[in-house]
Amino acid sequence: MDIFGLLQNTLNWLIHPQTLAYALAALGLAVHFGYTGLLNMGVAGFMAIGAYGYAMSVLHLGLPWYLAMLVALVAAAIFALILGIPTLRLRADYLAIVTLAAAEVVRYLLTTTVFDEWTNSADGLAQYHDSFRGSNPLPEGTYGIWPWIYNEQGWWMRVFGILLVAGAAWWVWSLMRSPWGRVIKGIREDEDAVRALGKNVFGYKMQSLIFGGVLAALGGIVISLQSAVVPSFYQTNLTFMVWTALLLGGAATVFGPIVGSMLFWFVMSLLDYALPALANMGILPISNIQAGILRFIIVGVALMLLVIFRPQGLFGNKKELTFAK
Amino acid sequence: MQTTVTHRRSLLSLLFMGLMALMVLLPVAVAVADEGDDAPPAGIPVGSVGDEYNFQFTGNVRHNSEPLEGVRIYIDDNGYFAEVLTDERGRWKIGVPEKISYTISLDEFTLPDGVIVTEGGASRVEEFGLTGSKSVNFFLGEGVRVVVSFWDQLTSRLVNGLNFGLMLALASIGASLIYGTTGLANFAHSEFVTFGALIAFVVGVGFEVPIWLAIPIAVALTGALGYFQDIVLWKPLRRRGMGLAPLMIVSIGLAMVMRYIFQFAIGGDTLQLPGSGQEKITLIANIQLSIIDMVSMGVSIVVLIAVALWLMKSKLGKATRAVSDNASLAAASGIDVDRVVRVVWVVAASLAGLGGILWAYFRPGIRWDMGMQVLMLIFAAIILGGIGTAFGALVGSIIIGILVETSTLWIPSDLKYVGALGALIIVLLFKPQGLLGRKERVG
Repeated sequence: MDIFGLLQNTLNWLIHPQTLAYALAALGLAVHFGYTGLLNMGVAGFMAIGAYGYAMSVLHLGLPWYLAMLVALVAAAIFALILGIPTLRLRADYLAIVTLAAAEVVRYLLTTTVFDEWTNSADGLAQYHDSFRGSNPLPEGTYGIWPWIYNEQGWWMRVFGILLVAGAAWWVWSLMRSPWGRVIKGIREDEDAVRALGKNVFGYKMQSLIFGGVLAALGGIVISLQSAVVPSFYQTNLTFMVWTALLLGGAATVFGPIVGSMLFWFVMSLLDYALPALANMGILPISNIQAGILRFIIVGVALMLLVIFRPQGLFGNKKELTFAK
Repeated sequence: MQTTVTHRRSLLSLLFMGLMALMVLLPVAVAVADEGDDAPPAGIPVGSVGDEYNFQFTGNVRHNSEPLEGVRIYIDDNGYFAEVLTDERGRWKIGVPEKISYTISLDEFTLPDGVIVTEGGASRVEEFGLTGSKSVNFFLGEGVRVVVSFWDQLTSRLVNGLNFGLMLALASIGASLIYGTTGLANFAHSEFVTFGALIAFVVGVGFEVPIWLAIPIAVALTGALGYFQDIVLWKPLRRRGMGLAPLMIVSIGLAMVMRYIFQFAIGGDTLQLPGSGQEKITLIANIQLSIIDMVSMGVSIVVLIAVALWLMKSKLGKATRAVSDNASLAAASGIDVDRVVRVVWVVAASLAGLGGILWAYFRPGIRWDMGMQVLMLIFAAIILGGIGTAFGALVGSIIIGILVETSTLWIPSDLKYVGALGALIIVLLFKPQGLLGRKERVG
C-alpha cells in the first residue's frame, strides 16, 4: 500500500470544499438541533437551494457572484419560513418528517424535466464560475505546502470556504452567548418555561430555523464552487451524513461541527483508499464497488453507536443535554 | 364526542366534494389542450437521442416491412425523460443513464391512420441483458385505434391507485402501530419493505421454492427480523429511557446500514420475482389488470381485514390499542407493555414485508433503494390519516396511493410523489392531527 499517497489524499480532505461545506451545514444544524432542539432532516434541501440558487442566479439572471450568493441565501430563508409555518407549532418529530419530505420535494423539482430550461434536470448545471473565478485575488500558479498544493483557483475556493466557516463559527458563537442564544437554549430545555416567561417561542424557533438554514445554504454554495451542481447529490443521505458529522463533533458546540466534519471526511477518505486496497490484496473478500458501499454501512453504524453511547459527541459537554425531550 | 364525529364527517365530505369538483373541471382543461395533438410537436430529435449515455435502447419501426418515419418513441421513467422520432429508415435509438428497466412507449397518434400496435401494447417495460444495448420492437398491424377517453384513463388509474394504496397500507399500518405503542417515528420501517421482497427473491429464485410458498416464508422471516430488532436494539434502548429524538436518529442509522447492506448484496440491479410482468387482461371498460394484480389486491384486502379484526376483537389487539392510547395506564391495568410492543414489532415487520413483495410485482422489480422511495409515502399516509392510529394509516394510504397514481393525468410522472408530499404539508397546515387522529396528540 502506498502510505505516502494515502496520507496526502486523506490530509487533502481536511480543507476540501466538501469538508468545508459539511462544516457550514453542520454549523447550521448545530443551531437547529444542538441549540434549539429542532430536528431538521432537510439539510440536503437547504444545501440544494443554496447551490442551485447561486448557479441559477448567475446563469439566468446574469448576476455577479456575490449578488447571486445573496439571492441563494434569501431563497433558503424563504424556504425555512415556508417549512416553519406549518411545523414549528407541532411536536418535534413532525418537523423531522416534513423537513425530510420538503427536501425530497426540492430534489424532485430540480430533477424533473418540466423545468429543464432552468435546471437542466438530472444533468445539472455547470459553467457558472467565470464571475467568481474572475474575482480571484490570489497570484497565479500552483503552490502550497505538502500535502496541500493547488493552483490559484483551487486555493481561492478553499480560502473562501475557510473564511466562510470561520465567519459562521464566530457568528454562531457570539449569538449563542447573547440574550437571544439564552432564550434559544431555554427553548431546547423547556419550551413551556420559556413561554411562561412571555417569550414568543414560535418566533424564536423560526429565527433559528432561518439562521441555520442560511448556514446550510452557504454550505451548498461552497460545494457548487467546485465544478457543477447535480440534483442527485442532494439526496437524503447527504442530510444523514451531515448529521453524523455533527454528532461526531458534538451538537451543542461551535467547534464540534467543524472538527466533526473534518474527522468525518478524514475517515471517509481513509476508508475510500484503504477498503479497495484491502479488497485488491485479497484481505477483504469483496469487490471494489462493494468496498465503496461498505463505507456507508460504516457511517450508519457510527451514527447509531454515537447516539447510543456518546450523544454529546467527542467535544460536547454531557451536562448540556444534546437531546431534549 | 357527537360534535367531533359530525365535524369529522363534514370534513371528509368536503374533501370528497372537492375531489369530485376537480374531476369534473379538469377534463375540460385537458380536452382543450389535446386538440391538434395529431401532428408530432416540432423540436423532437430524429433518429437518436441521449448519445452521451452508455446504455441504449434501439429499434426499428416497420409496418408490412415498410419503414415508418416520424413515429414518436419516448421514455418517461425513473426520473428520466427522452423522446425521439424514427428516421427515414424507421430506426430510433434512445440512450439512458442507468442499466435498469425502463418503460418505453410508442406514441400511437404518430402512426399512420389505420395502423396500431397489435401485440404487447404501446408501452413496454424493457431491461438490458448482458450488453449495454437492447433492441425493442413494437408489433404493428392494421386496426382501429382505440382512443382512451379521459374517464377510462381515470378509472384505470383509480384501480391502480387503490392497488398501490392497499400495498402502502400494509407498510404504513405497522409503522403507525409502532409509533402509537412506542412513540418512535421509525425511519427504518421501509427497509422491512425491501427486506421482504429481497427474501422472497432469495427463497423463490435462489432456492427455487415455489412462489406461493416462498412468499409466506419471506413474510415470516421479515417478522423474525422485526422480533430480532426489538430484542437486540429497541427494547434495551427503551429500558435505558432514551428520548424519542435520539431513538429516531438511531432508526435513521439503522436504515442506512440496512439499505447499504442490500446494495452490498445485490448491487444496482433490478431483480424480478417469478411471474412478474404478466400480460394484463382487460376487464370491464378500460380497466386492465394482470392475474397477479388481482391476487395482490385480494391478498391485501384479506390481510387488512384480518389485522382490523385482530385489533378490534382479540385480547392482544385490544391490549395493543390500549397501549397505543396510554402506555402507563395500560401497564397499570395489568397489560404487559413489553410483550405488546414485541408483538407489534413482529406484526409491523411482517406486514411491511408482505407489502414489499406485492409492491415488487406492482413496480415491477426489486431494487436496494426501493424502500427509500416509499418511506416518505408511508409517513405521508400515517400523518394524513392521523399518526398512531391503525385505521387512519389505512385511510391515509389509500388516499395517497390514489393521489400518486391519478395525479399523473395532470402532472408529469416524474413529479408524481411531489403531489403526495404536498398533500402531507397541506394537511399539517389545516388539520395537523390527521383525518382520524385525536387533537390532544399534537402540541
